[in-house]
Amino acid sequence: MPTRSKARKEEPAEAGSDIVMEEAPTSHQPESKDDDMSLPGSTPTAASFEFLNEGHTLGNALRYVINRNPEVEFCAYAIPHPSEPKMTVRIQTFEGTTAIEALEKGLRDLQDLCDVVTDKFIEARERFSAGASS
Amino acid sequence: MPHKPPTKEELDRRKIIGIHEETITNVTSSDIPYHYPGEDHSWDIEKFRKGFSVEFHQNDPYEASFSLIGCDASIANAFRRIMIADIPTLAIETVFINNNTSVIQDEVLAHRLGLIPFKGGREGLHNFLKWWRKPADESQINSSYYDFNTVSLRLDVKCEHNENATPGEKDPTKLYKHAHVYARDIEFCPVGRQEKYFSGADAIAPVNPDILIAKLRPGQEISLSMHMHKGVGSDHAKFSPVATASYRLMPVISIERPILGKDAEKFARCFPPGVIGLEKVTKKEAAQKGSGYEGHEGELKAVVVDPMRDTVSRECLRHPEFKDKVKLGRRRDHFIFLVESTGQWESDAIFIEAVAHLKKKAKDLEKQVINMVR
Repeated sequence: MPTRSKARKEEPAEAGSDIVMEEAPTSHQPESKDDDMSLPGSTPTAASFEFLNEGHTLGNALRYVINRNPEVEFCAYAIPHPSEPKMTVRIQTFEGTTAIEALEKGLRDLQDLCDVVTDKFIEARERFSAGASS
Repeated sequence: MPHKPPTKEELDRRKIIGIHEETITNVTSSDIPYHYPGEDHSWDIEKFRKGFSVEFHQNDPYEASFSLIGCDASIANAFRRIMIADIPTLAIETVFINNNTSVIQDEVLAHRLGLIPFKGGREGLHNFLKWWRKPADESQINSSYYDFNTVSLRLDVKCEHNENATPGEKDPTKLYKHAHVYARDIEFCPVGRQEKYFSGADAIAPVNPDILIAKLRPGQEISLSMHMHKGVGSDHAKFSPVATASYRLMPVISIERPILGKDAEKFARCFPPGVIGLEKVTKKEAAQKGSGYEGHEGELKAVVVDPMRDTVSRECLRHPEFKDKVKLGRRRDHFIFLVESTGQWESDAIFIEAVAHLKKKAKDLEKQVINMVR
């Protein structure tokens, strides 16, 4: 079993602006001191989140539900390098909500979806076994 | 300009991937907000509940087939990936070889043993057994094995001459004792509370007792003990609970213009048996103007009987006589799953576990996101 994943968020560089970006590549920028796991360059409405030990399984499903949120302007996931066990999700939202809220909503929606799938699956299985025995 | 709600035909068109002679069309799903102006495609659990359904085709312990209808590929694919790589099972992880004088090398033998699927009491396998973790300090490894994380097995076989064999016997299995070593020769050695969970019919045993492990000749011997641990398919395929878990999209065959007589028989032969049926053109159809059936009463026409059995080979598109008469496609939101269990789990239970696993993943991450904000 892989170890527990950690979600982490980029440090906000300059709040309120979507276009602030530092010129040096992320890998060459100094990592912030208070939390050496965070990456620079985010605003409240636009952020990238890094998930450890997650892959396409969660990445694509999460990307799909977040994209179904009308408050979200952009959402995509990537696995930056196949030999690193990391998955990143980029979320940009319209004004009025934040990227973190959109991520939270996405994770909640995914849980609701799983409940519906389980209910319907068990229902269908009962119907099938009742039909097979009668 | 006010937006017109999409017609039923338009909604059906969006759901079907076009399959043509050399190309495919309408590949990406478009059910996201802002794709169609004026339409609401935002996530709504009640809408999803209404549009989603499951249909069973087969439900056997070692093979289950069912359809998920009305969900996105990313969701169906997540379940498939979890079934293959994230559902834990018990398998042989360590082999301690005391003596192996057979022709099969130690490492090859160990690998073969690892791949044997085992079964046992469900309660014990899923709730009692926990993960085993290799201690950071290698010298502590012997004190890391407990009844709740390690299952012990033994295999002791010695091949000898069979004195009772008829003279001139050529079959090695009759000429010698234990010429073939099978999975059934593996002996389960319960320790501690394992007696309680794995006794009688619930004992840890190979799913298929007839798996051939090695062949021996008189004087050769295999003597080894094994440790089983819980693991997941992403670590090693031997831990995968499924032989295969896959899905395919529901094929769509639509006959746009009548295919009649000899052509209909040829058309049926372009598909696997049972997909296309032949029916007689009725009087009513023949009387209908512009239907293409005029004057063909009593002739055979091709009808689609069971598109699910189709392999979408596109064979019918190669023949000029069917040009513009047939359209092939696949339903974007209809996934026909096939789950083949290796025996440790019931096939349908693997899917339920996969859904629960995805939910747990999302739940744990939600907690972390909430903590991150604080």
